Amino acid sequence: MELQLRGITKRFPGVLANDSVDLTARSGEILGLLGENGAGKTTLMNILYGLYTADEGQIIIDGQERHFEGPGDAIEAGIGMVHQHFMLVPVFTVTENVVLGVEPTNFAGIMDMKEAAREVHEISSKYGLEVDPEAITEDIPVGIQQRVEIIKVLFREAEFLVFDEPTAVLTPQEVEEFFGIIRGLRDAGKAIIFITHKLKEVLKISDRIAVLRDGKVVGHTTPAETTQEALAEMMVGRPVDLLVAKDVASPKEVVLRVDDVFVTDTRDQITVKGLSLEVKAGEIVGIAGIQGNGQTELVEMLTGMRPAASGAVYLNGEDVTDEGPRGIHSRGVAHIPEDRQRRGLVMNFTITENIVLNTYYDPPYSKGIVMDWDAAAAAAAKLVELFDVRTPSISIPANSLSGGNQQKVIVAREFSRDVKLIIAAQPTRGLDVGSIEYIHGRIVRARDAGVAILIVSTELDEVMALSDRLLVMFDGKIVADLDPTQVSATDVGLYMAGATP
Amino acid sequence: MSDQQRPDTSPPDGKGTSQFFQDLTGLGIDWRSAVLVPVLAIITALLVGVVVIVFTDLEALRLWGSDPGAALSKTWSSVSGGYKALFVGSFGSLRAISETMVGAAPLILAGLSVAIGFRAGLFNIGTEGQMLIGGMSAILVGVAFQLPLFLHLPLALIGAAIGGAVWGAVPGILRAKTGAHEVITTIMLNLIALNLVVYLLKSSLFQAEGRTDPISETVAVSARFPRLFGYLHDSQVRVTAGIIFAVLVAWFIYWLLFKTTLGFEFRAVGMNPDGAHYAGMNVVFLYGAVMAVAGALGGLAGADQILSILYRGSPGFSAGIGFDAIALALLGRSHPAGVVAAGVLFGALRSGGQVMQVETDLSIDLILVIQALIVVFIAAPALIKAIYRVRTGRAADLPTTGWGT
Repeated sequence: MELQLRGITKRFPGVLANDSVDLTARSGEILGLLGENGAGKTTLMNILYGLYTADEGQIIIDGQERHFEGPGDAIEAGIGMVHQHFMLVPVFTVTENVVLGVEPTNFAGIMDMKEAAREVHEISSKYGLEVDPEAITEDIPVGIQQRVEIIKVLFREAEFLVFDEPTAVLTPQEVEEFFGIIRGLRDAGKAIIFITHKLKEVLKISDRIAVLRDGKVVGHTTPAETTQEALAEMMVGRPVDLLVAKDVASPKEVVLRVDDVFVTDTRDQITVKGLSLEVKAGEIVGIAGIQGNGQTELVEMLTGMRPAASGAVYLNGEDVTDEGPRGIHSRGVAHIPEDRQRRGLVMNFTITENIVLNTYYDPPYSKGIVMDWDAAAAAAAKLVELFDVRTPSISIPANSLSGGNQQKVIVAREFSRDVKLIIAAQPTRGLDVGSIEYIHGRIVRARDAGVAILIVSTELDEVMALSDRLLVMFDGKIVADLDPTQVSATDVGLYMAGATP
Repeated sequence: MSDQQRPDTSPPDGKGTSQFFQDLTGLGIDWRSAVLVPVLAIITALLVGVVVIVFTDLEALRLWGSDPGAALSKTWSSVSGGYKALFVGSFGSLRAISETMVGAAPLILAGLSVAIGFRAGLFNIGTEGQMLIGGMSAILVGVAFQLPLFLHLPLALIGAAIGGAVWGAVPGILRAKTGAHEVITTIMLNLIALNLVVYLLKSSLFQAEGRTDPISETVAVSARFPRLFGYLHDSQVRVTAGIIFAVLVAWFIYWLLFKTTLGFEFRAVGMNPDGAHYAGMNVVFLYGAVMAVAGALGGLAGADQILSILYRGSPGFSAGIGFDAIALALLGRSHPAGVVAAGVLFGALRSGGQVMQVETDLSIDLILVIQALIVVFIAAPALIKAIYRVRTGRAADLPTTGWGT
């Protein structure tokens, strides 16, 4: 079977999201669709799935032009979509989620869950998607939840499977398993469209690659013919430095010392279990680990947002264990939070307001209780320039910026203060190559200026490349202290999974 | 460990202010739709009001079968007569404008009370109760002292603000410390205030001498808002300095919200409590503080009701203004300038509605229908946008973002 998109054009007010895009997906083939955030990948797939109507162009399946009024028509035509954010009902079983909306019924019109479970089991064994049909969805790991989404699509007899950034939520091991699954699907004769902005993955899994930039297809290639560097250049439109360029660190005095801390999460479970570490001035310490091993709580505790149950934290020798967020950052700590939209920014505030979000109470931004918005605007204008935030104005709200530029606003705010320690959680999650290169460069420059830096990231490549010293966190403790230049990613992966190489 | 560090200071849902709340209260929208949607909502409500008039005019409806021409002219005359009376009764004369302003002053103060809560992400339903407590405090000061006007009136207002602030702070603190939702606690405190007033009015502290019914002594002239057109000696031109006071307070609230550090904190908590906590703001303090300010404004609304119009307390003297204030704050998009404009509009509807009731055979209840319709159209902006095909500045909702985002 063959799916063709011909001359798809979609305009939004002020934006040309897709500009006469041509794409072809065939049975038994994986098409990698590569592009930065905002390149128009998602718009294109929403058109394919019937959520948007194209202003111009055709969707052709096996030589026949199709018109989709909604996702129902697209599903009918054999198109299945696995979204980045899963569309599952957490309290339903796997089977219930799979059949939701197309429940099999018996002769009396009563739902036949036995039949449903049988079909789910059949699909999962046919395509190697191991899953317990009776399990409650919220109890199973994210990787398995993704399988449920895939089974859902297969249950609706999809021939064309679209995956939107499917690996964003997976651990390195889960990514491997996931690749195995989609190779299996391809070999079973399905057509796969794999949307991503990760160069490595698209090279590893695709049979053909199409690169999208500013709404246009800027190139077709295959993994055999191209390299990461060439793909990055196509995607961004200029040569990109994929390696983090940095000299050997010259660590000085200890800035942050964490001594045997225990921290509980929002459900009062102990997630950080007797953790100790040190970060020195002029070094980047990376913490690798699979999501949910206590990293979130550790960072929240270090930045004063969550109390420590026991243990102590010292900043330049001073005990700051009981300080709140203001006490921490007024002592020269910058914090790039894990969830930038929930914590790092007030999304409806303007860029100016976000720039002064945690310094507004001091001169020059205020005198007494009166804000000096002119001073704030002047600072914002300077930082937007300095940190290369792409925005038409400093008085537009943060939510109208792209993810990369939102992160740059946070980086600008945090790095522009006189800081001694930077704590960055997932500093480049979801960002495009250009922004990642920029933020990594900023972090290295801060290190060279003598700032102590602690990076927490689930992206193993990122921490390996950026760190001078690599710690692995597993089950609330540091299980390994490694030199990233002397250790293989595989070994780090094993530490992350709680094993010893 | 101090309270401000605890992460459970964010609202129970832990996801910040919901999109619906922001749409409803006008927090996260561009100024264009913040002006356009209310104006279109008012126009639409007035148009639907026409339909209500047409379908409740039984005489005209009967005529449609036999003599459509007469029916049409009769319908036209009742619609045009009604809306003309509404306009003349609100802006057609000095007396009409005066009555509009008499109605507007407490509405503006009460509307500010609700609006500042919205700005901080809180749903203050308690303005009615805060008005009652503030009004009682004003009576206490107004009756107890004999002072010159320039001391007595400010003292009565300060008393009212403090009374209202205490009453308002309670649900704020409960919300911050325990997570008890302010919608529930403020409604309950309204009921408590309502009955407390009846009890107090029969106590020796308040009850007028020689009366057995719940009614207070009259406040001293020196504690009352002076009439603006007192020199005309026209008892029908009742407007007092209360309206000027209300507009000044609105300006002060604008300054507080947009020009001070405290206002920045209020708005940050309102938009994103997690972000405010990250930025080192004391969320517990801010919830208490904003509700205290909201309560103080409610108290001032109650004081205006007493010191401008009634001069004495009787059960339920707040007259539902605290509830109209919710509609008013929504219509004003939680902005002080919008609240002033909406307050004048609601004052005009009240004043014009009375004239309309007298001069035509339309009931004043039509005004309530129109007010309610305005709120419906404000609460469902998508409806207004669909009717008038308005595009707004916010980025389109992307259908691919799933649950929980």
